[in-house]
Amino acid sequence: MAAILSISDLRKSYEGGFEALKGVSLEIEEGEILALLGPNGAGKTTLISAICGIINATSGQVLVGGYCIEKDFRAARSLIGLVPQEINLEPFEKVINSVRFSRGLFGKTRNDALIEEILKKLSLWDKRDSQIKELSGGMKRRVLIAKALSHEPRVLFLDEPTAGVDVELRKDMWEVVQELKDNGVTIILTTHYIEEAEAIADRVGVITGGQILLVKDKDELMTQLGQKQLCVQLAGPIPEIPKALADHQLELSTEGDTLIYTYDTKGERTGITALLNDVAAAGLQLRDVSTRQSSLEDIFVGLVSGGQS
Amino acid sequence: MNWTAIWSIYRFEMHRFFRTLFQSFLSPVLSTSLYFVVFGAAIGSRIDQVEGIDYGAFIVPGLIMLSVMTQSISNASFGIYFPKFIGTVYELLSAPVSFLEIVIGYVGAAATKALFIGVVILATASLFVDLTIQHPLAMLLFLVLTCLSFALMGFIIGIWAKNFEQLQLVPLLVVTPLVFLGGSFYSISMLPPIWQKITLFNPVVYLISGFRWSFFGSSDVPVAVSLMAITGFTALCLGIIWWIFKTGWRIRA
Repeated sequence: MAAILSISDLRKSYEGGFEALKGVSLEIEEGEILALLGPNGAGKTTLISAICGIINATSGQVLVGGYCIEKDFRAARSLIGLVPQEINLEPFEKVINSVRFSRGLFGKTRNDALIEEILKKLSLWDKRDSQIKELSGGMKRRVLIAKALSHEPRVLFLDEPTAGVDVELRKDMWEVVQELKDNGVTIILTTHYIEEAEAIADRVGVITGGQILLVKDKDELMTQLGQKQLCVQLAGPIPEIPKALADHQLELSTEGDTLIYTYDTKGERTGITALLNDVAAAGLQLRDVSTRQSSLEDIFVGLVSGGQS
Repeated sequence: MNWTAIWSIYRFEMHRFFRTLFQSFLSPVLSTSLYFVVFGAAIGSRIDQVEGIDYGAFIVPGLIMLSVMTQSISNASFGIYFPKFIGTVYELLSAPVSFLEIVIGYVGAAATKALFIGVVILATASLFVDLTIQHPLAMLLFLVLTCLSFALMGFIIGIWAKNFEQLQLVPLLVVTPLVFLGGSFYSISMLPPIWQKITLFNPVVYLISGFRWSFFGSSDVPVAVSLMAITGFTALCLGIIWWIFKTGWRIRA
């Protein structure tokens, strides 16, 4: 598939020398969902702002659908929808007028049927004539999404779309995102919720200190970097790990009834067979055995702390 | 040109105006009536005529200019400052619109509102005094150009302002004194000779003089000079806006 968004060596420096983006390069394919993970101040919002035209990049190039965001800004921007992190809305305006305004601003002719469909999908139709200031926080966030969808973008940026949104609503939003993907919309979302990236992303990018540390297929990332744990539950607690098992570098749970063995799924030999044989030889009785895959969050924390050190 | 976008901005801004139509309408009517009571009836009754015109009628062009200039500035500066303040400016910046289109939308709406208020004041004034407009087309031209140029100036102030205090600063400290000292309520010929010379440095003098000429056929300075002054002022504002557009000053980091 062709890249719909192509970023090469994008840099942003501020007066005083602070470098918010240090040469970011990234290719995003049409129709995929990319989750950008990174700690606060990593440059996620700066990157999105530079692509969308809210700030001027110091150097580098961005192509959206093959159009340069500076030279062909009209063609490039008309493909982009942006849901900002902050709830930036005109408080006294009615929901429907605000959404219609967004469509008009992007040069699209009025389409009431489409606006109705979007508002219904986001459960805002009943609130269409309410002033925005009367809405709850979650509803305001959905108004921002409705505004971005109103001009039918091909690339949608969601900057922390579910921050401060309850679990149920978050799941609803994931459904909307999935539906957009099914319609061929490319989605780039930044998030603090790793479970969000895990649940909906195709690829995961990790950004820290203004640099992309890696971009990988989510499943591949989890298999490659993921560590697994084998938990061996014993019939009863033991005071300490038997000497015969010292080579396996086990941990003993605080209750003393579970041996925890961490192994790398990339390795040719996991060492499980040897471990289980040694456990049996040591005369320990087993109650249960289970395995646990490390989450994206574990991987993320590992990467970011590694990148900073 | 993205006309749909310009129209959307214009309509959105006008919508804000219509939401508060009562205040928008009532405030100029009330202030004009007060000016007529104070200057027209109370003080004006002691002044016979100025340049052969009843004092009550004489102050009408100045009154209209006073309101139109301050309204144009405050409408346009607030119009662009408010999105900056509440953060909705992100949408303008990320939309496929040029800065020129944003300016046309905001300045057009601000000028329309000021024009509306100018017409309301004119209508209110005609209830108090007999008015005949000798050059209606010239009157309209001066009115529209003043609305536009001062709305452009207001737009610049709105971009420049970093807080609400700054938003009020220029209208309060610069524009209001210039308008009051620009011959709104008197003819320059009534001033001592030295002040007649000094006052010619006040650009507002030329606007009020030209506007007054379109009503009564007489003016403090030649009409051509007035026209040149307002054209020059409009060009200056357009130049500054062009520079803002080129550099992204205080809009795009």
